[in-house]
Amino acid sequence: MSLASMVLQFIISGLTSGSTYALIAIGFSIIHNATGIVNFAQGEFVMLGGIGMISFYSFAKVPMLLAFFLTVFSVAVVGFLLERGPIRHAKSKEILVLVMITVGASIVIKGLSMVFWGKNPMTFPPFSGETPLLFLGAVVMPQSLWIFGITVSVVVALHYKYRRTMTGKAMRAVAASRRSALLIGIPVDRMILLSFTLSGSLGAVAGIILTPMTTASYDMGVMLGVKGFSAAILGGYGSMPGAVVGGLLLGVMESLAAGLISSEYKDALAFLLLLLVLFFRPSGLLGMGRLRRV
Amino acid sequence: MGKRNKIYLILYALGIFVIPVFLRNNYHLMVLNVTALNIVVVIGLNLLIGYAGQISLGHAAFFGLGAYLSGILTTTYGFPVGPTMILAVLITGTVAYVIGIPTLKLEGHYLVMATLGFNIIVYIMMIQLDRVTGGPSGFAGIPPLRIGGFVFNSDRKIYYLFWTISVGVLLLSLNLIRSRVGRAMAALSHNEVAAKCAGIDTEKYKINLFACSAALASLAGSLYAHYITFISPGTFSIFYSLQIVTMVLVGGMGSLWGSVFGAFLLTLLPEFLHGVKDFSVLIHGLVLMGVLVFFPQGLFPGILQAWMRRRESVQAETAGGKGT
Repeated sequence: MSLASMVLQFIISGLTSGSTYALIAIGFSIIHNATGIVNFAQGEFVMLGGIGMISFYSFAKVPMLLAFFLTVFSVAVVGFLLERGPIRHAKSKEILVLVMITVGASIVIKGLSMVFWGKNPMTFPPFSGETPLLFLGAVVMPQSLWIFGITVSVVVALHYKYRRTMTGKAMRAVAASRRSALLIGIPVDRMILLSFTLSGSLGAVAGIILTPMTTASYDMGVMLGVKGFSAAILGGYGSMPGAVVGGLLLGVMESLAAGLISSEYKDALAFLLLLLVLFFRPSGLLGMGRLRRV
Repeated sequence: MGKRNKIYLILYALGIFVIPVFLRNNYHLMVLNVTALNIVVVIGLNLLIGYAGQISLGHAAFFGLGAYLSGILTTTYGFPVGPTMILAVLITGTVAYVIGIPTLKLEGHYLVMATLGFNIIVYIMMIQLDRVTGGPSGFAGIPPLRIGGFVFNSDRKIYYLFWTISVGVLLLSLNLIRSRVGRAMAALSHNEVAAKCAGIDTEKYKINLFACSAALASLAGSLYAHYITFISPGTFSIFYSLQIVTMVLVGGMGSLWGSVFGAFLLTLLPEFLHGVKDFSVLIHGLVLMGVLVFFPQGLFPGILQAWMRRRESVQAETAGGKGT
C-alpha cells in the first residue's frame, strides 16, 4: 500500500469516527445554547444508543428500522426525564450546580447500565453486510457510508428545522437571549425541554451508527463525551457548523496520528487539541469570537 | 480564625488523637489513614470550588502524579523521600498552573472538561508507559516514609503523622479564608465582576487557587504512595476524581468543616456497603445528584440550617406561649 492510499485510508476512517463526534458535539451545542450548561450526560446518551439498539435488535429481535426508531425514542425519553426531573427541580439554578447534576446523572446512567447489561462489550452486525468496497485504493466499509449518510441527513434536517420551522426559530431566539425570548412569549421552559430531548436522540443516533464499527459497553460514554466536547470547542462552542467541522477535523487528525505516529496515544490527542485551542483560539475555528473573558 | 472555630478545632484534634487508643484493628486504622488523606484532597478542592467557583474533575490525576512521581523517583532513581515529595508537589502545581492559564481565563466551565480530559490522559500514560510506571499491574516496592532515623512502618505510626498533616491543612485553610487573600477569594466567589472592580486580580487568584489545590492533592498522593508502598492506575481513574468532588459537594461548597464531614462520610460509607460493591458507582451518582438537587449548599450545612430553623421556631413558639 502506497503512502498516499494509506493516508486516504486514514482520512476515510477518520471521517467515519469524526461524523459521530460531530453528532455528539451538536448535542453539546444544543443544550449549551438553550441553558448555558455543559451536559456531561451527552456521552451516556451515545452509550445508551448503542446498547439500546443491541437490546432491541439483537435481544428482542425487533426489525432493524423499527429498532432504530425505538432506540432513538427511548434515549430521547431519557433526555426528557433528565430535564423534567433533576434539572428542573434543582433548588439552585446556578450553572455550576446544574453542570454537576448532569455529572451525577451520567454516573447514575452508567451505573444502572452496568447493573442491567453487565460489563462485557457487545455489538450488533453492520446495517448492510461487511463486504468492503474499494475507493481509489482505500478500503471503505459499507457501515462507514451509512455513518456518513445518516450524519449528513441529520445535519440537513436539523438545519432545516432551525432555519425554517417556528420551533427552530424559537429555539434560536432562546439561544440568542433567554430573557428577550421570554418577553416575546416563547415558552422557554418547553424549548429547554425540547433541547434535552433532541440532544438525547442525537446521542442515540451517534451510538447506533458507531456500535457496529466498534463495540458498545457501559463505560464508553465518558471518552466519547470528552471527544465530542473537544470537537465542539475546536469548531467553536455553540455553533452548529462549527460542531460538524470540529468533529470531522478531530476524527481525521486522530486517525492520522494513530496511523502515522502511535495508536497508543490516540485518545490523548483530543485532549491535547482541546488545550491548544483553548490556549490560542478559545472561540474555536468557526466561532464568532464573542466568547466572553472574565 | 474565630474563637468558635478555635474551640471546634481543638476538640476535633483531641478526638482524632484519642481514637487510636481504642482501635485494635489495623484495618480500621488504615481506613482512617486514607480518610486523613482524602480530607487533605477534599479541602484543597473545596478551596477551588467554593472560592473560585470552578470544578476540577482531574484531582485524581494530580493525586496520581504525586504518587507516581514520588514512587518512581525514590524507587527507580534512589531519590530521598522528603525532598522528592516537595519536588512532586512543585511539578504537579506547575502542570496545574499551565492547564489553568487558558481555561480559567474563560467564562464558563472549561476547566471541568479540561481537567476531565487531563485525568484520562494521565491514566492512559500510567498504563502505556509500562517500562517506567509498571503499566496496568502497578508499581511496587516504594520505600516507607522516614524522618531522620524514624521509619513510619506501622498503621499506628502513620495515623499520627497523617492526621497531624490533615489537621494542619485544615488549620491553615481556616486561617487562609479569614486572611486578606481569603476575603479576596470570598469576594471573587460572590461576584467576579464586582471583585474585579474592587481591584482584585481575579484571574491570578483563580489560577493560583487551582495550582495550590492540585499541589495539595499531589502531597496527599505522595504520602499515599509511601504509605501503601504499591500503586496501580486503577486508584487514579476518574472515579476517584468524582468521589472527591462528591465529598466536597456533600459537605457544602466553601464549608471547610463540611469537607471534613463529607470526606468522613463518603470514605467510611463504602466500608459499610461491602456486600453491594457493584452498586458503589451507582450509589455515588445518586448521592451526588440527590444532594445537588435538594441541598445545593451541601448536606451538612443543609441539615444544620434545617435544625437551626426548627430550634428557632420552637423557641419562637415557647416565647409566644409565655406572652399569652
